[in-house]
Amino acid sequence: MSPEILCIIWFIILNVLLIGYAILDGFDLGVGIVHPFAAKTDTERRLVMNSIGPLWDGNEVWLVTFGGALFAMFPNAYASIFSAFYLPFVLLLFALIFRAVSLEFRSKRTSGAWRSFWDFLFFLGSTLSALLFGVAVGALMQGLNISELGDYQGTLLDMVTPFSLLVGLFTVALLAMHGSIYLYLKTEGELQERLHGWMWGTFYVYLAFFVVVTLYSTILVDASLKHFTDYPILWLVPMLNVLAIANIPRAISQHRPFYAFISSSCTIAALVFLFSAALYPNLLPATNNPDYAITIFNAASSPLTQKIGLIIVAIGMPLVLSYTILIYWTFRGKVELGEDSY
Amino acid sequence: MDIVLLSRLQFAFTVSFHYIFPPLTIGLGIIIAYLETKYYFTKKPIFAKACQFWVKIFVLNFAIGVASGIVMEFQFGTNWASYSRFVGDVFGSALAAEGIFAFFLESGFLAVVAFGRQMVHAGFYLFSVYMVAMGSIFSAIWIVVANSWQQTPAGHHVVNIMREGTLPDGSTGMIPWVVDGVLQRRAEIVNFVEMVFNHSTVYRLSHVLLGCLAVGAFHVLSISAYYMLKGKHPEFARHSFNGALIMAFVASLGLGINGHFQAQNVYEYQPVKMAAYEGHFETGRGDLHLIGWPNGEEERVDYAIGIPGGLSFLLFDDITFSKPVVGLDRFKKEDQPPLVISFFSWRAMVGLGSLMILLTGLGLFYNWRGNLKEKRWLLWCFVFAIGFVMVANHSGWISAEVGRQPWTVNPPVTWDETGEDLVVGADGKVEYNEAEGLRTENSISAAVTPAEALTSLILFVILYIALTAVWIFVLDRKIRTGPVPLGPDEVHDDAYGMRQATIDKQHARLSSDDDEKGGAV
Ligand code: HDD
Ligand code: HEM
Ligand code: HEM
Repeated sequence: MSPEILCIIWFIILNVLLIGYAILDGFDLGVGIVHPFAAKTDTERRLVMNSIGPLWDGNEVWLVTFGGALFAMFPNAYASIFSAFYLPFVLLLFALIFRAVSLEFRSKRTSGAWRSFWDFLFFLGSTLSALLFGVAVGALMQGLNISELGDYQGTLLDMVTPFSLLVGLFTVALLAMHGSIYLYLKTEGELQERLHGWMWGTFYVYLAFFVVVTLYSTILVDASLKHFTDYPILWLVPMLNVLAIANIPRAISQHRPFYAFISSSCTIAALVFLFSAALYPNLLPATNNPDYAITIFNAASSPLTQKIGLIIVAIGMPLVLSYTILIYWTFRGKVELGEDSY
Repeated sequence: MDIVLLSRLQFAFTVSFHYIFPPLTIGLGIIIAYLETKYYFTKKPIFAKACQFWVKIFVLNFAIGVASGIVMEFQFGTNWASYSRFVGDVFGSALAAEGIFAFFLESGFLAVVAFGRQMVHAGFYLFSVYMVAMGSIFSAIWIVVANSWQQTPAGHHVVNIMREGTLPDGSTGMIPWVVDGVLQRRAEIVNFVEMVFNHSTVYRLSHVLLGCLAVGAFHVLSISAYYMLKGKHPEFARHSFNGALIMAFVASLGLGINGHFQAQNVYEYQPVKMAAYEGHFETGRGDLHLIGWPNGEEERVDYAIGIPGGLSFLLFDDITFSKPVVGLDRFKKEDQPPLVISFFSWRAMVGLGSLMILLTGLGLFYNWRGNLKEKRWLLWCFVFAIGFVMVANHSGWISAEVGRQPWTVNPPVTWDETGEDLVVGADGKVEYNEAEGLRTENSISAAVTPAEALTSLILFVILYIALTAVWIFVLDRKIRTGPVPLGPDEVHDDAYGMRQATIDKQHARLSSDDDEKGGAV
């Protein structure tokens, strides 16, 4: 295998990991975003939290593995991106910590203040994570000012542009919709009826953002469409994406929430794909000097390491998929509260 | 403040916090697997009850362990970008393997163990318990491999990074990458197996896992000794105590024996570290200082009381107590690790390890005589011992990591043909090959400003202190509440439609006490 092919394979694998993360942890984060609004009583809030109780941690491992794989296969990109987004990523870590511990701590005492406090942190952690992921994606699409070695030279404020903020809000809306659909699937009765409204509400907000972000990026962000002229086949993805989005309201009104969930998962996959297609072959575009850009070729590890990685993936991924399926199967159906619930 | 110092402080602080939790979960995971196996074969409810109690504690520790672990993974990139560029090719694969092989396994099956007792068959539950225990052990393996590699690198070579550029003949091709006159280099894997089994992996991994076992066992001892003293949950306490006592003794003894051989290995590959551990300034007979204060200025140990020649004995098993040991005088000042921290953290670990052997030995002795219950002072020792075991665990890491300074990737030393002294330069000092290693001061992120690093450090300190407070508060309540008795319908029995029965029960409960606040308190 030539070194270039290996780099491309790894770029694809990283994409798969990122899509897996965005879909799976996406609904967890979405559940957190709508949690304080959609669920009113304590029992409802417990139901909401327990709907992701057994799953969120496994979902987050997709992010951990994505990070590890980026480190191993494109160390320069890992180093430059993570150090460039220093404060945003520290905040992101805080947000992820808030989410994890509020799930665990909330049920440990019955006092109202205690529970409201953790409800708030759960909401804050989830929303902030979604926002920051979006901001990072937006900033990456626009590129950063980096040195020849790849070290970021701007300030925090330089990367918080209107576009990156817009993508951040867009991500929050997307995940809120994804999470509402998931919750609708997992609940019943009064709570589920209320979530019906939330599905519609978040869908419209998402749609509005989708239109704005699409227009903004096609008109103002050069990167977004640069490969489409060379590879017209790529147009298939945005078209499928539009179909998937259109299918969401259809599935909701036909009372087929599972199809709606599949559709919103497809939208997420398509958006992540479009993001990486816009970047390719860059991992970190340089705004000051295109030659400084960090690409999947100049940031790559040695071919031997990439091959070892492929062996690890070939052994590991089937295992991972089999127990992911096993766990989702075990916890299928509506949430119930029992002895062991949060 | 200095960005290198700030990043070091932040890394040390966050990893020390993270490392509170893994040993608890690794140790408890093994104990839970033992209890659940007992339950599966005897069907005595006491084991199910004990298992359920420890699972609750496990889950609590696990959640914080996971949250603080992600911080560690991100930090290589956020704070140590230059380091990541240098080691990524070698180090990253271990980290990625950890995610794929360990974390997925652990988090997936923990869901079944924590939430699925009533949903799955007893056999599958037992299987899941084993998978969680295995997953937590695997998590330790890869990160320790990565760490061992940076202590004693092997299976790699350091090469120039090649970039596209103009060749001498004018055509384009791959040439070494030079930025601002500095040739860019990095480590690349040559032999994966040699990288994984580098000179210190086996020693370090076995030592770390024994340390985790010790923490787990002492944790159980602490809680059950407390119940015995208070006369609470007698049957549960007795069962837990006896098993954990044996495990704690074996782990403590194992740590001492394994550590002895590990020390010899450290001397072979990182002699300056051993000299710093012992405050051994002058090459020659090695004394073992039991007490003392290492005085770097005067190059001697003040107030020393010790065994003359003790170090020679320990490092070479030399009964003449006289073989020469390489001292700090073989190394340039800028190649020596911080002396005081290395000296004391190493002593704290070894000293506490010896006390642990003594304590568990006494416990076993009185238990065998049958009068342990009357030795209330000893039980009180067990209640508090866990704190000291944790301190020993952290001291071990601190000595290993501080003793590695000033390097993040430690270049090798060469021994002369007698094998008794190091190959040195004209000035009598070891000449490290700078290109083979990476200094800590060259490992940081150029993109991060001191103000940013200070902000994040302060935020982490505040957050982690708050988290520790809540954690202790919640843990304390759990322990005071103790194991709850199992209802008859919660005992596993595959003949019933268990899943259906619990669902019915839950629905009934949901409608009856809708507004009463519940949760696994
Ligand atoms: C696989 C890598 C790895 C692992 C498992 C650990 N460390 Fe580490 N440690 C590093 C990788 C590292 C590092 C990235 O290489 C640092 C950062 C700066 C340095 O010199 O080494 C470091 C520094 C460092 C320092 C600062 C030393 C100094 O600046 O003088 C301390 C006190 C610790 N660590 C403590 C720990 C503890 C308590 C650990 C237990 C979990 C631990 N380390 C595990
Ligand atoms: C710098 C070093 C370290 C890094 C980067 C790191 C990384 C991580 C990450 C990302 C997680 C979360 C995994 C998840 O989402 O499930 C985690 C958890 C864990 N880590 Fe670490 N880790 C480090 C040090 C260690 C050490 C030294 C050990 C053990 C010897 C260890 C053992 C574990 C275990 C057992 C877990 C599972 C959670 C728990 O039991 O608390 N880690 N670590
Ligand atoms: C009783 C005598 C003990 C001896 C002789 C001993 C020996 C050692 C040695 C030589 C190292 C340094 C390895 C290096 O510098 O690379 C080390 C590190 C360490 N020790 Fe110990 N140890 C003992 C007890 C303990 C105890 C009781 C614990 C914890 C409960 C512990 C936990 C650790 C840990 C976590 C490390 C760091 C990881 C490593 O480098 O292996 N040790 N120990």
